[in-house]
Amino acid sequence: MSGDHAHELPFWRKHIFSVDHKTIGVQYAITALLFMLVGLLMMLIMRWQLANPAQAIPGIGNLLGEANAPGGVVLPDFYNQLGAMHGTIMIFLGVVPLAVGGFGNYVMPLQIGAPDMAFPKLNMMSYWVYFVGGVIMLASFWVTGGAAQSGWTSYPPLANIASFGQTIWLIGMIFLITSSLLGSVNFIVTILHLRVEGLTFARLPFFVWAQFITSFLLLLAFPPLEVAGILQLADRVLHTSFFMPSGLVISGEVLDIAGGGNPLLYQHLFWFLAHPEVYVLILPAFGIVTEIIACNTRKPIYGYKTMVNATIFLGFMSFLVWAHHMYLVGMSTKMSMFFQITTMIISIPSVILLTSLLLSLWGGAIRYNTPMLFALAFLPMFAIGGLTGLPLGLAGADIHLHDTYYVIGHFHYVVAPGTIFALFAGIYFWFPKVTGRVMNETLGKIHFFFSLICINGVFMPMFMQGLAGVSRRLWDPTQYAHAQPTQPLNVFILYAAIGLGLAQIPFIINFFWSAFKGKQVDNNPWQATTLEWIAPSPPPHGNFSKVPSVYRGPYEYSVPGQSDDFWLQSDEGKK
Amino acid sequence: MSEAVIKHIADPHPVTGVTNSKLGIWCFIASEVMLFGGLFSTYILLRTGAGADWPIGSDLLNVPLATLNTMILITSSITMVMAWASLTINKFGAYKKYMTLTVLLGVAFLIVKSFEYGMKFEHHIYPSKNNFYAIYFVMTGLHVLHVIGGLVVNLYLLLPGSKLWHKAPEQFMGRIEAAGLYWHFVDLVWIFLFPTLYLL
Repeated sequence: MSGDHAHELPFWRKHIFSVDHKTIGVQYAITALLFMLVGLLMMLIMRWQLANPAQAIPGIGNLLGEANAPGGVVLPDFYNQLGAMHGTIMIFLGVVPLAVGGFGNYVMPLQIGAPDMAFPKLNMMSYWVYFVGGVIMLASFWVTGGAAQSGWTSYPPLANIASFGQTIWLIGMIFLITSSLLGSVNFIVTILHLRVEGLTFARLPFFVWAQFITSFLLLLAFPPLEVAGILQLADRVLHTSFFMPSGLVISGEVLDIAGGGNPLLYQHLFWFLAHPEVYVLILPAFGIVTEIIACNTRKPIYGYKTMVNATIFLGFMSFLVWAHHMYLVGMSTKMSMFFQITTMIISIPSVILLTSLLLSLWGGAIRYNTPMLFALAFLPMFAIGGLTGLPLGLAGADIHLHDTYYVIGHFHYVVAPGTIFALFAGIYFWFPKVTGRVMNETLGKIHFFFSLICINGVFMPMFMQGLAGVSRRLWDPTQYAHAQPTQPLNVFILYAAIGLGLAQIPFIINFFWSAFKGKQVDNNPWQATTLEWIAPSPPPHGNFSKVPSVYRGPYEYSVPGQSDDFWLQSDEGKK
Repeated sequence: MSEAVIKHIADPHPVTGVTNSKLGIWCFIASEVMLFGGLFSTYILLRTGAGADWPIGSDLLNVPLATLNTMILITSSITMVMAWASLTINKFGAYKKYMTLTVLLGVAFLIVKSFEYGMKFEHHIYPSKNNFYAIYFVMTGLHVLHVIGGLVVNLYLLLPGSKLWHKAPEQFMGRIEAAGLYWHFVDLVWIFLFPTLYLL
């Protein structure tokens, strides 16, 4: 913005402390991918323990430290740390930063024709606050007693009396929340104020809509979690009793605290965030998939307006369903009734989104390239995740399924083969814009098919285990008679999980190889219609050589009477 | 690349009618409402849960000092508006005067608050004593952090940040307005905190 782009910026201003939304987007994406790799490795250690309880992990077992895994055998405490940190890392350090921080930052300003975000310095600050939060989280493994071990939900009183790692977790969370808040303000102002001339809300690419609603969810849902975090921090550091009931007995002794607090208060504050958070995880994924499906079917999205309205309604409703995570805490039946009804209502807009995308395929000339394969796989995977959620939304069925592997299977189907597949689709799709080169199709297809098979091998058996009543967060399921019949499934899941880990190797090779040696392509390799494809690849500082104007909607593919089968939003031709 | 200029930094957007920074600060305030909303909900839940055991605030807390602090903060809100109004009629000297007053009143609030906290600590009253003091210290403490944040911003706009007035007066006025909105919000939080904690 200041007139300094005439001369080259020094390296550290250009690539490290950059205020350019594209650099920040790439920083977010790479950091988030690294964190997701860490989360994946944690998962593999846990799966080994579940498949081979109390047996030494070959090879890497000895690297985990004598305090965590003596002789390579994972201790129960360390298992709990891995469980809590896997969830925290995947959600708060992996998927959301990649979907919102990475894709949102890189693609959204380009799609609305803006030179940058509305507050570039704030944008840089969001990234670095996130980075510090992530480092704090990881560092907690090395403090006395290890990392947080009360689950990613950190329910008190358990979390209140946990070891020092929990305090570090809370401090890390406050950093991550702050980063998200700063980012969401930036997104909202950018989308409202910096759209180019002609880009009305009715012509906005669905990806931008998804980011817009997501930002509102982040803005309004995160502060209550911050309250929960601050109060838990006070309970742990100042020895208050916000979440500590009177007369709490631990190890046979009554705790010397003031008491009078309410553990349920934490759950309400937590889920008031964490349910909208589910939609923060899924809406950007829908945005990415919509762009890719429209482009690769060569036809307009079916029901674009309906999808936008459904998303707005979804965002609003997501604030009214949080207690469906809490049917078993002893709420009154009237409360349960209310939350069951709102939960059934909120499934409707999700189904509208999915159905519209499915109908968009009808009659399309589908190009089966790697991004499209991932986007297509997203649809049934998300559908499995969504439909298995319905029994959990009904209090009667939830009594049996609560806290079992069924729940794990359900939300992983939404987030892992759902959102993460959409994110992979997005990486393959926008890679040419970021680097000027396409990713290798063969490696991409190997990555896709092996991931698809293995990820279903990991999560599908969990439904069976959950229906058999196996609880989540068990260190050794063979200790329980009812879990023994499903133990062979744990061995199967281990093999599938290792396969899933190995399936990521072609992606990693492809990512780095293509970035430097991939096939060079022009600005619009997919022949798409939205504004980011008229910018040079990679776009320079300021993005567009000439500020574009928009004359039509985002998905004008195969318009009758046009010579090309795509019609750029910025193309001034008359119809 | 000369066109790579971010729009609506100083000129309001024709549809929303505000500048980037003003829209941003309103969004930020919306999230702050949710933050303090969560805390007030916590207060209500703890209090209804405790029933008759919950103390009456005026029996335990120093109402005269808090009344004084209420006056101080409301006055500082007025001086903040005067600082902004001085700029609209192009009186930079008056702006400096009123902004200095705003900062001094903010500091005065903190001094009074520290006396209040100090008197509690002298009697060995800490947040861990009971949930009334716990929520009192956490809510007022968080409010104090917000006051300190506002003071830092105001001090910046008073001293090094005021150079912008000579380069881009519209943008500078926008910053003062945004800082003012935040400062009024901090004031408003106190106006809710005072009766809730001290009087009820």
